[in-house]
Amino acid sequence: MADTAELESFRAEARAWLEENLPPSIKGVDLAMAQQAGIEPEGEGALWKKRMGEKGWGTPTWPKAYGGGGLSKEEAKVLQQEMNRAGARNPIGGMGVMMFGPTLLEYGNEEQKQRHIPPIVRGEIRWCQGYSEPNAGSDLASLQTRAEDKGDHFLVNGQKIWTSGAQWAHWCFCLVRTDKTRKHEGISFLLIDMKSPGVEVRPIMMISGHSPFCETFFTDVKVPKENLVGPLNGGWTIGKRLLQFERQGLGGGGGGAGRGGEMRPLEDVAKSYIGTDEKGRLADPDLRARLTEHLMHQRAFMLTLQRSQQESKSNQGPSTATSIMKNVGSKVIQDRAELLIEIMGQQGLGWEGDGYSGSELASARAWLGGKAVTIYGGSTEIQNNVIAKRMLGLLDHQ
Amino acid sequence: MAVLTEEQTMLRDAAKAWVAEKSPVTAFRKVRDSGAAYDPAVWKEMCEMGWAGIIVPEEYGGSGLDLMTLGLVLEETGRTLTASPLFNTALVATSALLLAGSEAQKQAWLPKFASGEATGTLAVDEGPHHAPSKITLEAKKAGSGFVLNGKKAFVADGATADVIVVAAKTAGGITLFLVPGNAKGLSRQALKAVDSRGVANLSFDNVELGADAALGAVDGGAATLEALLDRARAGLAAEMLGACAQSFDVTLEYLKTRVQFGQVIGTFQALQHRAAKMFTDLELTRSCVEAALTAIDKNANDVPALVSLAKARASELWHLVSNEMVQMHGGIGMTDAHDAGLYLKRARVAEAAFGGAAFHRDRYATLMGY
Ligand SMILES: Cc1cc2nc3c(=O)[nH]c(=O)nc-3n(C[C@H](O)[C@H](O)[C@H](O)COP(=O)(O)OP(=O)(O)OC[C@H]3O[C@@H](n4cnc5c(N)ncnc54)[C@H](O)[C@@H]3O)c2cc1C
Repeated sequence: MADTAELESFRAEARAWLEENLPPSIKGVDLAMAQQAGIEPEGEGALWKKRMGEKGWGTPTWPKAYGGGGLSKEEAKVLQQEMNRAGARNPIGGMGVMMFGPTLLEYGNEEQKQRHIPPIVRGEIRWCQGYSEPNAGSDLASLQTRAEDKGDHFLVNGQKIWTSGAQWAHWCFCLVRTDKTRKHEGISFLLIDMKSPGVEVRPIMMISGHSPFCETFFTDVKVPKENLVGPLNGGWTIGKRLLQFERQGLGGGGGGAGRGGEMRPLEDVAKSYIGTDEKGRLADPDLRARLTEHLMHQRAFMLTLQRSQQESKSNQGPSTATSIMKNVGSKVIQDRAELLIEIMGQQGLGWEGDGYSGSELASARAWLGGKAVTIYGGSTEIQNNVIAKRMLGLLDHQ
Repeated sequence: MAVLTEEQTMLRDAAKAWVAEKSPVTAFRKVRDSGAAYDPAVWKEMCEMGWAGIIVPEEYGGSGLDLMTLGLVLEETGRTLTASPLFNTALVATSALLLAGSEAQKQAWLPKFASGEATGTLAVDEGPHHAPSKITLEAKKAGSGFVLNGKKAFVADGATADVIVVAAKTAGGITLFLVPGNAKGLSRQALKAVDSRGVANLSFDNVELGADAALGAVDGGAATLEALLDRARAGLAAEMLGACAQSFDVTLEYLKTRVQFGQVIGTFQALQHRAAKMFTDLELTRSCVEAALTAIDKNANDVPALVSLAKARASELWHLVSNEMVQMHGGIGMTDAHDAGLYLKRARVAEAAFGGAAFHRDRYATLMGY
């Protein structure tokens, strides 16, 4: 599609701005990922982050009133194209951008938006998600962390678990119980400052050897009333809306787990580890067939992603395809990781130390960490239940 | 379960009880965290129970039992991921000597294997994939003996074994050699693999061996190697079967206890059918593993096909079960504190060792003539 005159002038503006503001040393560098692990960029990286934050282009479609880019969806797409062209990666990311910001923009009051959105836009505040509890995973609404109304504040007691990045987060958006007599209608959406007395965080080691998530304990934590988002006992709707943003992000290939390691196209990796016959076909026909199956699945995923984006932009309303994207996207990630280590053979099964290349070791870790993508953000099973019930009208057996 | 002899039943039950008491997964975890390949004290106990000599003939200090019997023990040790030289010494290296060893070689090693005084292993592959047809490590005649040059990759127990059965290319074919672990010119690089077991890359730099180091006929080792590999594959499949069974049992238990939405998650049909499938595949795989071991013991002529069947099925099964174990446990399955990850990591290494599912599917088809 050709640009309209306005889009064309925006494209020129974006290109010029990027040329002027993207430090050459930052080309192709992903700064967002490291920040999720609490590592702030330095030098030209910090400069790039500051510039993007001030311009609001890290959150391009968010309203200008809160520091966002104020761009239309079309403009944001053009900006993304120009960033790709320039080798510019968005330095502003994390849960604030992906999930919490969009939710607060919909449900927060003016004061909350003024307070919390601009620091997200500038990438200054890291947020974590306090949803899951030991006994409330898939059945999130059974959560027990209590917030008692103490007049001028809430008193929060309870335990969250699997809180990604809690050890590096400044703030936590939490689902808490404010009414014990009702399940879904007794939940509220509360923002908790992680520096509050009574908040304790214990990192949990994952099978990949990293500790990206934590147990988070709240003991008599005082939370100001103004940190309640939406109505008291009205948190479930807000919390679910946030999960939609999360799943959209995951379905669109967001989220870090399962990525990393060998970045070359899988077929190239296969050629180098397995070799080819005289006609250029992979020497292992069994692997070749399975690799093709995966690559075709991935292609179908990308085409569906495009189609659903186009459909939701046109006037047809949200595409029916969105409901399947989280499951398909996470399967693509896991299948790739499994194939990658199979292609590498025992070289792809190293843990650390000599005898393995850096990308081989990273591939093994990414394979392990990637097992999480079918579990978090609504497990594959839960997503399939949603598809069966909401999309297909199939009911539970009575 | 195959119909077992009284002796087999006793040994299996003893193994089950010992493993539960002395070598639970927590013991493997300790070994892993210590950085060692295995716990020598535990290995000593296994040897004292006679496990290292199960297939060693009585005249060399063993029990003279069959591979099926050893398979039963490996299945039990596999259940808890017991790390020990049992497989590589008592099955692989011992089989090499039984298949091709001279009287003097047997005298030299079998009593030591059976007692646990020495350990052994086999070095075949030279790259990350199982490829016994691509041996390039060269053994050149030098005087009455040989000089070895080349590399071997991912040799299990390779850094610790006292003797290594090395498959080498000689002027007219393949020859197997018994190479002492401390041979001059042999360097061993211990690796840290995901399954936290002893594995090493070996490099042979003018390793000089006497004529008596050749195991079996010079240039005539290919057939022995094939038979030896089949024993290794079948034994590994038995170990994998045990680990699968345990992964499944642990997962099944979780389905029966974890409550979400006011009911145990095992009430959800989405999970029930997958559990039923795993159970079905476990039964099928058990048949294949037992058939392979029995065929070897009976010297049947369809050993290679049955072995490839067993190793392919065991690899596919554990691939599935190890993934389901993590998935069905949800968040807890992703933690290092839970055992699911240990099984997942060991699964992929065992799958790859001595040929994964794809290797054995191809071999099966070739053997069956299509
Ligand atoms: C790496 C990682 C990061 C995470 N980050 C966060 C975070 O930042 N914040 C946060 O709040 N949470 C986070 N989570 C938690 C995640 O959302 C939960 O793990 C998930 O909701 C599943 O809950 P559970 O672990 O309790 O598993 P369970 O709900 O106990 O599920 C166990 C198994 O049962 C299945 N199951 C459950 N119910 C059904 C059903 N009705 N039908 C069929 N199958 C069913 C599940 O799919 C799963 O396979 C994270 C998890 C991981 C692994």
